[in-house]
Amino acid sequence: MSGQVFVAMSGGVDSSVAAALLLERGEDVVGVWMRLVPGGVDTDAPRCCGTDEAGEDARRAAARLGIPFYALDYAEAFGRQVVDRFVDAYASGETPNPCVSCNQHVKFDALLRDVVAKFGGARLATGHYARVADAPDGTRRLLRARDAAKDQSYALYMLGQRELRRTVFPIGELANKTETREIAARFDLPTATKAESMDICFVSGDYRDLVRKRAPRAFDVGPVERVDGGVVGQHGGIGGLTVGQRSGTGVATGERLYVLRLEPERSAAIVGTREEITRTTYELRDVSFTRDKPRGNSFETSAVLRYRGTPLAAAVEVIPDGAILRLAAPALVAPGQAVVFYEGDEVMGGGIVRAGSPG
Amino acid sequence: MKRVYLDHAATTPVDPEVADAMARVLRETHGNPSSIYAEGRAARVLVDRAREDVAAVLGAQPTEIVFTSGGTEADNLALRGVMKARRGLGDHLVTTAIEHHAVLDTARDLESSGHVRVTIVPVDRDGRVDPAAIAAAIEPKTTLVSVMHANNEIGTIQPIVEIGAICRDKGVKLHSDAVQSVGAVDFDTSRIPVDLVSVNAHKFYGPKGVGALFVRRGTRLATMQTGGGQEKGRRTGTENVAGIVGLGVALRVAAERRATESARQAALRDRIIDGVLARVPDAILTGHRTERLPNNASFCFPGAQGESLIVALDLAGFAASSGSACTSGDTEPSHVLLALGLERHIAQGSLRLTVGRATTDADVDALLAALPPIVARLREAAVVSV
Repeated sequence: MSGQVFVAMSGGVDSSVAAALLLERGEDVVGVWMRLVPGGVDTDAPRCCGTDEAGEDARRAAARLGIPFYALDYAEAFGRQVVDRFVDAYASGETPNPCVSCNQHVKFDALLRDVVAKFGGARLATGHYARVADAPDGTRRLLRARDAAKDQSYALYMLGQRELRRTVFPIGELANKTETREIAARFDLPTATKAESMDICFVSGDYRDLVRKRAPRAFDVGPVERVDGGVVGQHGGIGGLTVGQRSGTGVATGERLYVLRLEPERSAAIVGTREEITRTTYELRDVSFTRDKPRGNSFETSAVLRYRGTPLAAAVEVIPDGAILRLAAPALVAPGQAVVFYEGDEVMGGGIVRAGSPG
Repeated sequence: MKRVYLDHAATTPVDPEVADAMARVLRETHGNPSSIYAEGRAARVLVDRAREDVAAVLGAQPTEIVFTSGGTEADNLALRGVMKARRGLGDHLVTTAIEHHAVLDTARDLESSGHVRVTIVPVDRDGRVDPAAIAAAIEPKTTLVSVMHANNEIGTIQPIVEIGAICRDKGVKLHSDAVQSVGAVDFDTSRIPVDLVSVNAHKFYGPKGVGALFVRRGTRLATMQTGGGQEKGRRTGTENVAGIVGLGVALRVAAERRATESARQAALRDRIIDGVLARVPDAILTGHRTERLPNNASFCFPGAQGESLIVALDLAGFAASSGSACTSGDTEPSHVLLALGLERHIAQGSLRLTVGRATTDADVDALLAALPPIVARLREAAVVSV
């Protein structure tokens, strides 16, 4: 392919190796680093790829490879599309997935658009463990990484043909992390021994402290109730609770109780037994398909309910404004989390579990 | 790809004559200028000669030149040194809204320390300070006025002679940050009533890391750092001999070439200004149309973002900047452009093009061909992203 490839460099080993591999293929490579927290703001989040320190690492890696490098400012977009959404989700009783928001709104929207429209780049590469393949019908297919243990395709389900046509995941083809580190060492990349980033990159300690600071109302004390409305205790705020987590209440009855549902408008937490909280039917919103459209209005799929989760047999029915997921066996997934549809190694699409999904 | 360097306001390439002189010092003169033996005396001679060269170009006496580590240190020394030395006379500092951060942030620091009151005088739409506004800002307790000679972002040259006359009349010292102008335009302290002047070698084809402060005889200046007492105690620390020699040669060469180079560069500048205004729709020239540095063409392109402009131009082979080099990588609009009264979204689309000795008509042709489609593309992309 011709044209420049822009590599989103985080300062970590994966994206540095992605740049090295492209360079080795003879591509015209440009490194970009995304500032995700405002400049001069101290953050002690050690895994954050958007801090000044990470930017310095990325710049050094690009210099080692001898490629042009730019630090671009996406702090506003990240703050609005990832951090605000994260806080809002917890405050409204959902469990957010910030990696999904970041990929959807920052990397493969704001950045990809700038690369193509502003800088005339042909493609965007990242250090994600996933693959994109050309299908005989001319479409592009999103596949799991060759190394199943590192696969990150779950957090990329929202990519459509528009994005996939311009996306490259060079390290998704690598056999394992050892191979990644070997390549890093071969190119003498200074990131060769850097720790892996994961989880909530922008929070250093307890995420609840961030939610408490930004949405204090979410930490109003409220009742803990059973499904029948019986009050069994009190909680310190729904902002600190996640559907599916063990509830501290119910000790007196000797039952193991889990958070079943959060009702932010009255600060109530509904708890139940394992049997009560798992279910087979969920409603999804923000549903999208990697081939841009579903194979039909209803189809069988393997549904993955969490990052590196086990695929579960399911049926999907596409409805206006979303989809209904019917699992073959009851399982638990919190509102706000992504459900991703797989067919073998191919990601077909996915959606976000709607709050108050029918039980 | 052939590169076209259009950011001479950020820094200039070292003149070959300067580089040769510095290399000779590094190889052949290792003495400490403070030492009394032959090697030390040899180093002292070089520093003295540089001091004479700098003084000659500035219309000053050699004893009025203090070498520093650059423009920022010269500005700091001027403001902190004068405010401290004249503390018994007053506590008020007057400066302008478009100063370099080395002056503005130093003034704010002095203010926050509680010893100094600061008045910041606004500028007009062209970036010019009204001398009457300076006069009005001066109070009985004012001890120092600091007004830059030429602005680093927009190139506007201030009516420094008029401002100096007012200060002299009121018995107030005047400092001028002339980092952008010395070397490019005539700056003669025997004709300009100014008491302190900051200069910086790497803006006139000298090395980075060395500058000077002109301190008119009779201007009391407290030192900022304590030590061995070099530079008559005004800037202590072993002299950067090679750098000082480089500064001296660079300023001498700049003065020799000034008449021809300024006119040549001003013609290139005008071609850029006229060409950009004709070819880029809604382009706004920032800074004064005529009272500006001979090498500075600066603009705002509403709807395009400055940071993206710089990246796109770099990828196309051009080195330029958005605002000052010191604030690059920062999407906050420049305080200088905001001080002109430009709206934030317009100030964010700024581009500064500064030509230099190596710039040719062909470079300007290439720029005028490349820039309009880049601005158009960025504007289109910005509309899509809303």
